[in-house]
Amino acid sequence: MILDNYTAANRRRYSLAESLHLDAPLIIALLLTAALGLVILYSASNQNEAIIIRQLTRLTVAFGVMILIAQISPRQLRFWTPWLFAVGIFLLIAVLAFGEGKGAQRWLDFGLLRFQPSEIIKITLPMVLAWFLADAALPPKPSKVIICIILIIVPTLLIAKQPDLGTSLVIASSGIFVMLLSGIRWKYIFSAMLAAIATAPLLWYFMHDYQRQRVLTFLNPEQDLLGSGWHIVQSKIAIGSGGLYGKGWLNGTQSHLEFLPERSTDFIFAVYGEEFGLMGILVLLTLYLFIIARSLYISTQAQDTFGRLVGGSIAITFFFNIFVNIGMVTGLLPVVGLPLPLISYGGTSMVTLMISFGILMSVHTHRKLLSQ
Amino acid sequence: MLRKLHIKDHGNETRLFKRRAIVAISIIIILMLGIVARLVYLQIYSHQHFSTLSQKNRLKISPLPPTRGLIYDRNGILLAKNIPSFSLELIPEQVKDIDETLKRLGQLISISDSDRKYFKRLVKQKRRFQSIPIRYRLSEEEVARFSVNRHLHKGVSIQARLIRYYPYGKIGVHTIGYVGRIDARELQRIDQANYSATTHIGKLGIERSYENDLHGQVGYQQEEVNAQNRTLRIIDTMPPIAGKNLYLNIDMKLQAYADKVLGDYRGSIVAMDPRNGALLALVSKPNYDPNLFVTGISTKNYAALRDSPDKPLFNRSILGQYPPGSTVKPFIGLAGLDAGIANNSLFCPGWFELEGDERRYRDWKKHGHGETDLDKAIVQSCDVYFYELAKRLRITQMYKFMTLFGFGQKTGIDIIGERSGLFPSREWKRRNKGQVWFPGETLITGIGQGFTLTTPLQLASTTATLSMNGLHFKPSIVQSMQGHENTEPVQRQTIRYKSVLLKDPQNWQKIKRSMLRVLHSPRGTARGSGQGAIYKIAGKTGTAQVFGIAQDAEYNEEEIGLRLRDHSLFVAFAPFDKPTIAIAVIAENGGSGGHVAAPIARKVLDAYIIGKEL
Repeated sequence: MILDNYTAANRRRYSLAESLHLDAPLIIALLLTAALGLVILYSASNQNEAIIIRQLTRLTVAFGVMILIAQISPRQLRFWTPWLFAVGIFLLIAVLAFGEGKGAQRWLDFGLLRFQPSEIIKITLPMVLAWFLADAALPPKPSKVIICIILIIVPTLLIAKQPDLGTSLVIASSGIFVMLLSGIRWKYIFSAMLAAIATAPLLWYFMHDYQRQRVLTFLNPEQDLLGSGWHIVQSKIAIGSGGLYGKGWLNGTQSHLEFLPERSTDFIFAVYGEEFGLMGILVLLTLYLFIIARSLYISTQAQDTFGRLVGGSIAITFFFNIFVNIGMVTGLLPVVGLPLPLISYGGTSMVTLMISFGILMSVHTHRKLLSQ
Repeated sequence: MLRKLHIKDHGNETRLFKRRAIVAISIIIILMLGIVARLVYLQIYSHQHFSTLSQKNRLKISPLPPTRGLIYDRNGILLAKNIPSFSLELIPEQVKDIDETLKRLGQLISISDSDRKYFKRLVKQKRRFQSIPIRYRLSEEEVARFSVNRHLHKGVSIQARLIRYYPYGKIGVHTIGYVGRIDARELQRIDQANYSATTHIGKLGIERSYENDLHGQVGYQQEEVNAQNRTLRIIDTMPPIAGKNLYLNIDMKLQAYADKVLGDYRGSIVAMDPRNGALLALVSKPNYDPNLFVTGISTKNYAALRDSPDKPLFNRSILGQYPPGSTVKPFIGLAGLDAGIANNSLFCPGWFELEGDERRYRDWKKHGHGETDLDKAIVQSCDVYFYELAKRLRITQMYKFMTLFGFGQKTGIDIIGERSGLFPSREWKRRNKGQVWFPGETLITGIGQGFTLTTPLQLASTTATLSMNGLHFKPSIVQSMQGHENTEPVQRQTIRYKSVLLKDPQNWQKIKRSMLRVLHSPRGTARGSGQGAIYKIAGKTGTAQVFGIAQDAEYNEEEIGLRLRDHSLFVAFAPFDKPTIAIAVIAENGGSGGHVAAPIARKVLDAYIIGKEL
């Protein structure tokens, strides 16, 4: 397996990747995926070079940030975790009070810098949970579990109130993944799942009208063809008409004739499916699976609980993003505004994602230093 | 022990995490396979289905309207043409609030209530992405005003369309007809596909009767569109086939002249070529401007036309049914000659009595015509002679003979809606009135009163048949049709009905000579109209009673209301030896046929035969 080959190669002391605290297979897979993303975006944006240059700039920044983060040792990361999390929560409250953004309040504007505080939480929530759980032996005691649940629920509700259902869903799950990886007994996990299913109707009560509409549309997209059902129907047509080999790059009629909405961002997978077909999708899924497997492997190799839990959560959350996005685009899941990692056009989430991979790299490459 | 002390067991925790990680990667792989399964379903299993949907998404079929055929008169004068005109149109799909948009547009361009009503109905009928006209014939100023504000009205545009225009306006409106916007009832009747790009349809006259020829065949354009339905590229075009051009038998100059000489009389003039049934002029007055109807007549204007006591909308030439009065006398006389009972003369005292009946049937000439034979009876229009003749012919024989000429029957003219008139019979009366035939009714039928009704067209047609010694042609308005601009027009076949045959063909000449003397003898009832003619005219006057005059009552034109005055009738053909025109003139409430209708006919005949005044 590639993973084993690498472990052997890793014994050479002075490789470039190692001196930069990077994991070569992971970064190669990430770069390949991002490159594929640019190819798709070029088509999805109707060959708009300005958009490609902007995305390329973002990728460069994001990879730069990743390399920077990788230089920080897990010990330091762990030290800063509670403070960063506290700042994140504070900003979330601030955004509800002063934020701006169309339809939903998500953005904080600091003049030059405009960003979504929820992105901080995306990274720091799993970290703060891992920080909290790493002190004591695992599996955690019930009292700790309850505190963890509170730590998950508070930011989730704050973000859901913005309202940003997709992000709050991702954040809640990233926290839950930490809990699952921490070794909570299966019987608790299953009873929690049952409880979640039981309270689902309650969730309906708290939803905004447009969120309810999305769920209804998901259940019956054909009912509202010109409204929200349009997205799903058109995206399914795009993917389905792609067939096994696709219509070819730049030849997707659905996307180029503007039938497909959000085709550069949330629905970019449909453009890919239309132009590259099932074969192209299998290539992308293989790349993704490699990144996930490599990340999980890195986590298992980590030397402390904090590194393991954060790394594992990053890997599973990465998959979760992919699954929810593709599930939505193929009509398996309701429409929630989640981008396809590394492919969709967009800045903030890209940087956040690469920060999390930077943390993974840090966890992986600093372990020998620690053991020495 | 270690656990109790909460000391971390690194080995145990690492194993626990690895187990969980393996569970996680297994679930991830299962879910990924789920995604792949879904994609196989979409891209392989349902590929055909989605490919079709994708094609349908991409392609739009837009109908292209055919150009409506033009209408010319017999000399190539254009009677109905298509002129470009700017119309304000709206695509419902692209407009959020149609009412609001109409309101805002109303501030730039005047939109009447009927425009709005018609538009609303079209919105319901047409597809959401089709462009629907709100108003036609925008003025240049309106076009400019809208263009400046165009960006404020998404989904609204100005389109150049061809609309129908009738350069002669009122003249010949009843015959040529007009087109108007397709209404709900017509929508049921037409071929929806062929009319998918058409907004107007023939409503009346030739425009209606020849709709199928004039309309043409719709064309299609296959376009690639985007989600906003904007056309990006035209993939394929099937051009529309223009409608056929029609050449009419109508002589527009004659028509216009006849229209003029009828003056302010309500009535009709029908002129036809007796040699083939070609209708040279069909005047019905009063008339109205058909151009009003093309782009939607206002409710007020329409109500004025509809409610006018002069009934301008009524096509008197083919729908007006008038008692023919004395104009039937040559025909009845011919029936008498053919039956061999019209060779004697009788004494006319000014009245006629049936045995066993006290009622006196009056002659128009109070003191009678004295000794009268058939010739005199026609020239001076003696009623008593024809009472006697009718009595001897009896109704059944008269009915049989008159029907041969086409009395009481549709002429078969090529515009829709013609009425048949009426020539009574015993059978007819039993069926329609539930009564037996009275002998007195035979008498008045002999002078064209009673139940008898004829249309102006029938009078012209029967006169033409008589002038041709029984050759009977179907009257026709359309002479030829031209499929394409550069092809030779195809002549429509002249249709000849069964000829009227007499036992002795000499009798044609006998009757026609009497008719000649109506105009060209010192005692003829239309002698004034025969004077100075360089060709010979044969004709017969008629004065039809509008209402019955009580027995022995004094008859005074002045005292009777204008609308109760007699109708003035005249039928004629000319030139006498080789007739080229037969004519019928009716001036409603005009009074004496000899004084009103005959001079009008003379002018039209002069114009046609000599070419004077044209």
